[in-house]
This record gives sequence, structure tokens and C-alpha cells, in this order.
Amino acid sequence: MGHDTHVQAKSKKQFEYDRHHNAMHMRKQVINFAIMIFLTFVAFAVVVADFSPYFIKPVILLLAGIQVVLQLYSFMHMDDKKASHMGVIATFVWSGVLIIFPVFLTFVTIIWW
Amino acid sequence: MEHTKFTPQTWPDKAEQATMEGRNKFVGIWIFICSDITLFASVFATYLSLKDKGPAGMEFSAAELFELPLAFVMTMLLLTSSLTSVYAMYHLKNHNFKGVQIWMSITVLLGLGFLALEIYEFYHYVHIGFGYTQSAFSSAFFTLVGTHGLHVVIGLVWIVCLIVRNAKRGLNLYNAPKYYAASIFWHFIDVVWVFIFTVVYLMGVLG
Repeated sequence: MGHDTHVQAKSKKQFEYDRHHNAMHMRKQVINFAIMIFLTFVAFAVVVADFSPYFIKPVILLLAGIQVVLQLYSFMHMDDKKASHMGVIATFVWSGVLIIFPVFLTFVTIIWW
Repeated sequence: MEHTKFTPQTWPDKAEQATMEGRNKFVGIWIFICSDITLFASVFATYLSLKDKGPAGMEFSAAELFELPLAFVMTMLLLTSSLTSVYAMYHLKNHNFKGVQIWMSITVLLGLGFLALEIYEFYHYVHIGFGYTQSAFSSAFFTLVGTHGLHVVIGLVWIVCLIVRNAKRGLNLYNAPKYYAASIFWHFIDVVWVFIFTVVYLMGVLG
């Protein structure tokens, strides 16, 4: 029952359109992957280049943030508004982040050794 | 139905969410990931507050311990495995089962490469005396990176099971959501690693 759906053959035009659409989407994913690899290189490069840590730390954290958003919205399809329950999912993800952030902040600021 | 045979022409759009079961799996894996976000945030916070802390005269510090070339290769392996599982999902959309199996297998191989390097790294640390109980720093480090490693192991076992169990079944609406959920979990492993290589390795080398 849970695995049932209505089976319908696509017209030739629709089939070709969907194929093309999927291929275009895949090309976009590869571009996003190239951006992630590039950001990774930059992150390693600025550390190896030995700039001041006060400059490097915010930069590599920012690069990590961009990479994660790319992963979530591109590879993990959070950009897909038509996906089932995407509103619920986005609410859960960001409220999870919101709830845990004060915990994180507490640990790194007022807990000491 | 589980036994309905599809062709590329009859394969529905968003096949992984075409059934109630598929939609449930999709929301389910995401809710699990949200709980995992809080788990990893806690071990990250623990690591940051205990970094370089330990008994007086402790000889190990992050700046001396971590080596960037190894972390770089591990990052590249895991990032690439993320792309190969995107390729698998592309073939899933086109109802090309062989493509799904091949790209998922490549994902597993890259994941195994990552895992092998991580085991080598841990073995090396323990060998030079930086064991789990050596200091607060070492416990926090192994807990954080080890928890991620455990996720990699679980992801690999999961994907291998999918590949083996569905080898003769072909692609249908019963197993498409399973592949899709595994791929989302695999991407999440990569998301966590992005933070690990930034916060542990890059910022560790900076001291």
C-alpha cells in the first residue's frame, strides 16, 4: 500500500524534456562541486601561506560556511521547493542549529580548564 | 507496488518521493540528521574547549600533531565521494539502475580510502603515545573525529547492503527512496567533515 503510485507513460516530448532537464541539473551540480573543491584549496592555501591567524581563522570559517550551505542546498536538495515537506525539513534543520548554537557558545566561552 | 516494473518512460518524476513510504523516509532521514547536528555540535564544542588542555608537561599540542597533507587527501576523497553519490542520484532519476550501482560502488571505494587513511592516522597517534586516555585534548579529539569515522563506517555498511540486496531487484519505487536516503546521509557526513578539517586540522595547525 505504502509503495503504490499511479503508473503513467510519459509522452516522447516530455521524456526528452525531463532527460535534458536532469542533465542540466547534473551539470549545475558539477559546477557546485568545482566551487567546493576550489574553496577547499583556498582554505588550505591560506593556512600554508602563513598569514596572521587573526586573518586566517575568520576566512577559513567563512569558507567552511559557504561549503556547507552549498552541500545542504545543492547536493542534499534543500533548494528543491517541490520536495515533500521541505518546509518542515528546513524548519527542523535551522531550529536545530539555533538551539545548539548557545550550547556551543557556552562551551567555548565560559567553560575553562 | 514493489513488483511493478518500470521503464525510463514510465519512471515518475521524483520517484524517490512518489509513494507515501518514500516521503516518510525522506522526512525521516532529515529529522535524524537534525538530531545528528546537535550531537556533532556538542562534540565540536567539547573539542574546542579542551583543545591543547591536559596534565602539566603534556608533550602533544595540535600545532605539532596534525599534518596537513594527510588531512588534504582525506578531504579530497570524501568530497569526491559526495559528487559520485550525486551521479548515482542522477542515474536514479533517469531509471538507469546500472549507473546507480556503479556510482554507489565508486562512492563506497572512495569512502573506504578515507577510512583507511583515518585508521592509519589514529594508529600513528596511538603509536607515538597520543592515546585516548593521554589527556583531555586526546579524548576530545578521538571522540570528535571518531564519531565522524563511525558515521562513515555506518554509511559504508548501509550503502554496501543496498547495493548487494538490490542487485537482482532492479530499480523500483520500493528501493529508490532507500538509495536516496543513503545518499543524503552520505552528504551529511561530508558536511561534518568540512567543519572537522577546518576547525580541527586547519585551525589546529595555526595553534
